[in-house]
Amino acid sequence: MTISGNQTAKLAANVPTDQGRFGDFGGRYVPETLTRALDELVVEYEAARNDPKFQAELTELLRSFVGRPSPLYYAERLTARCGGSQIWFKREDLNHTGAHKINNTLGQALLTIRMGKSRVIAETGAGQHGVATATACARFGLPCIVYMGEEDVRRQAPNVFSMKLLGAEVRAVSSGSRTLRDAINEAMRDWMSSVESTHYIIGSVVGPHPFPMMVRDFQSIIGTEARQQCLAQLGRLPDRVVACVGGGSNAAGMFYPFINDPGVHLTGVEAGGLGAGCGEHASPLTYGDPGVLHGSYSYVMQDNDGQTSDVHSISAGLDYPGVGPEHSYWKNAGRVEYKTCEDRDALKAFDAVAACEGILPALESSHAVSQAMKIASTGCHDEIVVVCLSGRGDKDASEIARLRDVQLGLDEASHET
Amino acid sequence: MSLIDDLFARLRTSGEKALMPFVTAGDPDIAFTGRILAELDRRGCHLAEVGIPYSDPIADGPVIQSSYTRALDRSTTLEQILAMLQTRSSSNGMPIVTMVSFSIVLRWGLERYIENAKAAGVSGAIVPDLPLEESAALAEICRREDFSLIQLVTPTTPRDRALQIAETSTGFLYYVSVTGITGERNDLPPDLIDTVGWLREQTPLPVCIGFGISRAAHVQQLAPVADGLIVGSAIVRRIATAAQNPPDAVLEDVGGYVGELLAALNER
Repeated sequence: MTISGNQTAKLAANVPTDQGRFGDFGGRYVPETLTRALDELVVEYEAARNDPKFQAELTELLRSFVGRPSPLYYAERLTARCGGSQIWFKREDLNHTGAHKINNTLGQALLTIRMGKSRVIAETGAGQHGVATATACARFGLPCIVYMGEEDVRRQAPNVFSMKLLGAEVRAVSSGSRTLRDAINEAMRDWMSSVESTHYIIGSVVGPHPFPMMVRDFQSIIGTEARQQCLAQLGRLPDRVVACVGGGSNAAGMFYPFINDPGVHLTGVEAGGLGAGCGEHASPLTYGDPGVLHGSYSYVMQDNDGQTSDVHSISAGLDYPGVGPEHSYWKNAGRVEYKTCEDRDALKAFDAVAACEGILPALESSHAVSQAMKIASTGCHDEIVVVCLSGRGDKDASEIARLRDVQLGLDEASHET
Repeated sequence: MSLIDDLFARLRTSGEKALMPFVTAGDPDIAFTGRILAELDRRGCHLAEVGIPYSDPIADGPVIQSSYTRALDRSTTLEQILAMLQTRSSSNGMPIVTMVSFSIVLRWGLERYIENAKAAGVSGAIVPDLPLEESAALAEICRREDFSLIQLVTPTTPRDRALQIAETSTGFLYYVSVTGITGERNDLPPDLIDTVGWLREQTPLPVCIGFGISRAAHVQQLAPVADGLIVGSAIVRRIATAAQNPPDAVLEDVGGYVGELLAALNER
């Protein structure tokens, strides 16, 4: 369902407010200790946003260090396999470090230096944000500490080693569900003590104001490029844009530049996990209620006492009980449609992209691809579906091997026959 | 006038200071929390903070975090906690305030939370993740219900902002001694005494200090400049041994510990 042009213009222009509100959502629910640093960040970010020198430096880094613009690629054989609409990939997997996360970490690293802070902390789920933060910190000579849930350390081992090679210290978090949510808690606790010297580079459009706005802005390069590329390569805007949603940063960056285009249907895809039962999925927009988690008011999975519920996804990057407040705003405004994709369907999409296109997509991105394939199979060939291929899947190879009982280095040779 | 206002009016008249222990509700179980509160009351503690366990406490160090985890692992609910508070025995009428995440208050419903807490004999709330800018709606309900909403000032709070916070706080003002999370510390910041002294000159509200306080020496050092002192992790750490030790021994240990701190409070 698409809403009228007037309403969409209002949607994009007015959010967030000075208090960080996207409609009812967002805000800043954090201890007083962090208030001053967040106020300073608002001022500093506003100054940087309007500073041509800052923007030029970031743009040049995105070109020469990240390799932007990332291509808009026609997935011809996947399209043929689905037998309907054209499927196009926005290739964020081709970025340096293999995902969209670097767009944000470079921006925030430049801000860190601008604020005169000397240390960086970050949380990570799949490890892509951790690697992107470690990379940006190595590039600028900033010490970097990455908090990561023990469960994620296990299932995303290659990224843990990469972070260490890049000079970051990885701290495994053993509290709670030992996933992304606990990594954010631990990073917040570090920041409570270190806030005067340290910047916390949040990896998604979550957390207290101004993080949801700032991360969206840094990631908007994805949608801005995709929009221009559609016009240049296809002569028109796409009919549909699809992206996966955990915290929701690749989706926010992809969708935001299209918000004012009422003809473009936007679909966010949450982690459907094993099914609709409580604890089986990570789909707060689909199954949750509005509540407060990690500093903002947004849809969240919680029980009747307000305790955060356990969630599940095959993909560490989507295994999170909350979601960015702007997605809640878009959901309630009817501007973006949110769907779920179960683990097994994400794996099917992973295999399809590997076989048809010679690309290993991240398991996170595979959720979006799965939905895009579903849409495409019922559409006509004139219709254009753009999927944000937010990251590459090399990091997931060992976890997929484990799930399929393949012992790397032993079994796989005999499986080649 | 709430019980908290009465308490501090009385203490200020007699020149005394308050000792305010913190305990986690439901650690190791609800019944034990009731017994601990009775013991603290009997020993002469002036007010108790009851921590409502929360799954994602970002202002708490490992000791309080693990106590929350233990309580939630036993499926402690807010309903059980309020029922325990309502039926607790209180020999000296020690007021209770809840330390509660806004996530819980919001889910429960703002009015419903305040009404139910008040009905359970609770006098106020500290909501550590609800800064000034977000607190208007809850503050309005608390004012109407004569329920104290205790706000926090920290070392990172600019002075003009501290004054604004003091204006909206009721019951007392909570000064967080350190830039950091809850937990015992050997030394407290050198400028703590000056800052609290300045704050007390600016506001008629009682100013109480929390975070990091655990030793009799801390109590002796800080009691002269504050209206009350809050001790959390040092007590929760003692209660944490209740799973292995006989409950009576743990009660005695905690009671003896607050007894030492109470003695230090009056030793000046």
